[in-house]
Amino acid sequence: MADDFIYELSSPGRVGVALPDSDVPETPIPADTLRPELPLPELSEVDVVRHYVRLSTKNYGVDTGFYPLGSCTMKYNPKINEQTARLPGFTNIHPLQDPVTVQGAMQLLYEMQDMLAEISGLDAVTLQPSAGAQGEFTGVLIMRKAQIARGQGHRDKILIPDSAHGTNPASTAMSGLHVVEIASDADGNVDIEQLKAHLDDTVVGLMITNPSTLGLFDQNIVEVCRLVHEAGGLVYGDGANLNAIMGIVRPGDLGIDVMHFNLHKTFSTPHGGGGPGSGPVGVVAELAPFLPAPVVGLSAEGEYEWVWPAQSIGRVRSFHGNFGVIVRAYTYIRMHGAVGLRRVSEDAVLNANYMQARLLELGDYPVPHGDRYCMHEFVAQGKIAGAEGIHTLDIAKRLIDFDYHPPTIYFPLIVPEALMIEPTETESKETLDGFIAALTQIADEARSDPELLHTAPHHAPTRRLDEVRAARQPILAKTSA
Amino acid sequence: MRFTPNTEVDRRAMMKTIGIQDIDELFHDIPAEHRYPDLQLPPPLTEMEVAREMQEMAGDNAQLGVFASFLGAGAYHHFVPAVVDMVISRSEFYTAYTPYQPEISQGTLQAIFEYQSMVAALTGMEIANASQYDGATAVAEAAIMALNVLRMKRNKIVVSPSVNPMYRQVLRTYAQGMDLQIVGDDRQENDFHALLDLCDDNTAVVIVQNPDFWGQLHSGAEMQDLAEAVHAHGALLTVATDPIALALFHAPGEYGADIVTAEGQSLGNSLNFGGPYLGMFAFRAKLVRKSSGRLVGQTIDLDGKQGFVLTLSTREQHIRRAKATSNICSNQSLNALAAGVYMAALGKQGMRKVAELCWHKAHYAADRLQALEGYELLSDRPFFKEFVLRCPRPVAEINQYLLEEYGIIGGYDLSTDYDTLDNAMLLCVTEMNTREEIDDLVDALATFHQYINTEEVVS
Ligand SMILES: Cc1ncc(COP(=O)(O)O)c(C=O)c1O
Repeated sequence: MADDFIYELSSPGRVGVALPDSDVPETPIPADTLRPELPLPELSEVDVVRHYVRLSTKNYGVDTGFYPLGSCTMKYNPKINEQTARLPGFTNIHPLQDPVTVQGAMQLLYEMQDMLAEISGLDAVTLQPSAGAQGEFTGVLIMRKAQIARGQGHRDKILIPDSAHGTNPASTAMSGLHVVEIASDADGNVDIEQLKAHLDDTVVGLMITNPSTLGLFDQNIVEVCRLVHEAGGLVYGDGANLNAIMGIVRPGDLGIDVMHFNLHKTFSTPHGGGGPGSGPVGVVAELAPFLPAPVVGLSAEGEYEWVWPAQSIGRVRSFHGNFGVIVRAYTYIRMHGAVGLRRVSEDAVLNANYMQARLLELGDYPVPHGDRYCMHEFVAQGKIAGAEGIHTLDIAKRLIDFDYHPPTIYFPLIVPEALMIEPTETESKETLDGFIAALTQIADEARSDPELLHTAPHHAPTRRLDEVRAARQPILAKTSA
Repeated sequence: MRFTPNTEVDRRAMMKTIGIQDIDELFHDIPAEHRYPDLQLPPPLTEMEVAREMQEMAGDNAQLGVFASFLGAGAYHHFVPAVVDMVISRSEFYTAYTPYQPEISQGTLQAIFEYQSMVAALTGMEIANASQYDGATAVAEAAIMALNVLRMKRNKIVVSPSVNPMYRQVLRTYAQGMDLQIVGDDRQENDFHALLDLCDDNTAVVIVQNPDFWGQLHSGAEMQDLAEAVHAHGALLTVATDPIALALFHAPGEYGADIVTAEGQSLGNSLNFGGPYLGMFAFRAKLVRKSSGRLVGQTIDLDGKQGFVLTLSTREQHIRRAKATSNICSNQSLNALAAGVYMAALGKQGMRKVAELCWHKAHYAADRLQALEGYELLSDRPFFKEFVLRCPRPVAEINQYLLEEYGIIGGYDLSTDYDTLDNAMLLCVTEMNTREEIDDLVDALATFHQYINTEEVVS
């Protein structure tokens, strides 16, 4: 049953929070400035609590169960992160306070910049971007400005493989640059011949996701970076898939010039139902002067200070980034150290390969690149032999009945009926086996009782929802039933 | 290992299934010479140790609540009721991601739909989205949306100097690759008339803030005149605002704004040294197809029961890629949830009361401060919770004195952003400031004044 709408629970005169009376003499408020009506609901505290607790029970999170949402790294979020981020010395500080009064917070940011630089093999880091997409935008603006500084302002194209996430071309377009899509080869790598064909003096750079969204490490990455550099371009690395390679390889060592990190993926900060994330950007030394301002520096006297990089692209948001998210990621890195992070990546890759091997064994779900070892994720297809009317969407919805969150579906776009599976390292073999068992049963059902899949889910808080209707007759706000 | 449950036995069994002897075999696509770098990171800590170390780091900061503060300028110290943290600590909410699978995401979807509804009500607009990153990027996104609404046929943006300087900086960062003219904010004196003089048939959008960065309120009538004049040029009006102020004063929807943005932090989100916050973003219904960000809409399921889904996503990057209205993907969902809980818990009366307390306390502080010799109130129109005080000495000097002698965190130094506003302090007073704190500030500044006088007499 649909839960009561917040406005339906409202009753005139109720209030959920009492505030003290004014302890100063009152100043009349000019009547001509006052709004006639304030259409907000009126609820008691218990009404509010029950409403949201009931809503929460209709949500599925990592703490509910297995969430193999490819490209999103839905790993377990350690509870200590929530405690450190809620220390009053972190939550109750104003971003514009005098640096001498916030040295602890600035130390944390400074060390975080350093640790991310070390993990990625890059030279300088900004923590300002709010999420991965804003990190990309920041990185592309940096590349653009660096090319202008090199006297190459006529360059206006960014090459992007067809397997890329939608934010890559969108961030590029926002920077005023043109997107040129390049194909992947039969092995899932960047097609070298195509790349060469496009590399001329109009190219600002290449934006590459490695491991790719196919879950594959590009075997030609060093060659790819060398070719781009030779043509005067820069290489951007989308770091969404860093969880596969921490302590295994550093993007900077391979020739990547600029990359973003998704702290909400790799570094265990919770996804919040869609955010907040945090998308720091690392760069090689040549690009450091272009980072967004300010970054944290350490003065000769040992004080942390705000520093404005000389040729900064500017601010990309207010203040210093999603600090509360950064505190959680910092906690995570400090608990792992170098050995722990490598173990994280090893187990993320082991878990994904184990699932890929089990699916190949099962044979019902094609794995287009199953001949290669995958990284932390792999892409299968919801094309079950003998069940032609069944689509990936049906399989995903049926998985809900088994109490799993479905994988990412229909992405990357180059794989028809894609089921992108990322188990993460925080899941046990038993959990992975359980999920494979569910996929096995679903493949059987697809052949014996396809209707069961078409009408799934059957055991969720709601049945399949009419998305076409939502878009045709949009209802995006209501203040009454 | 703590967060990786595989035992050695598990790992061996899994390797056997995969057909490998050693995990290293999985990494053979990675050039051997670059494999296994020796990362120089601090040694791993247990939970106990990390908790202790971070407690120390947190303890090195002067926190509000312990220190009285009169700092605002875009981030505000407001009361956060316990119920907010209780709700956002439900891990069904905070450990979920974007509600791509609506059947198991109705909690997030309904809560965000309700947030959108309350933001629309508060701003007086028809539609609000599920959030932008923050108040600054919301302004930049509003500008891009206006350009898109006018199909990129106009490329001039007129922006008021009294829009938060950081918002204007971010706007310029976002615009640097586009062929745009951003004018109007180069002179601090530019009022609405001056801004309108800059409008022509190439102007896509006029961006103002109300209450403005200096705390000043423009009446509904004044704003309506502005909106009409902007519309007469065929341009759109974007108003950046403060959600707490909207509990009392005319809503932008009432006076004709086309797009309304706000920093939503004040609604139930702690200061957190600057983030995560949320950008509130509301607009007229007819603009929806050019809008950026996620939208939750109401629909029905197979049984005809009401439910919620993400909708109108053909505007977004995962479908439209380079032609999307914005690149935003992850947004500030949990912060929007907090804002929703805050609005629901305080409700109509509570929100009004917060706004009234801000008004009364700010005016009490301003009255007392301007009575001091050597200080002058620079605000020449009604203000809400912030006001500008001209001081006898540079603000940095006064703030250092306030901190060292009184343990007070003073206001914002406006000379940072405005050449003409030397010695001008932007003070913010909210419901969190007690009369005692305000009186202490007054005493401190009075003493500083005497101190300066004595210095002058002596020298
Ligand atoms: C490969 C890839 N790149 C970029 C992004 C965008 O990151 P964010 O959602 O943090 O903006 C994603 C998000 O899922 C992604 O999977």
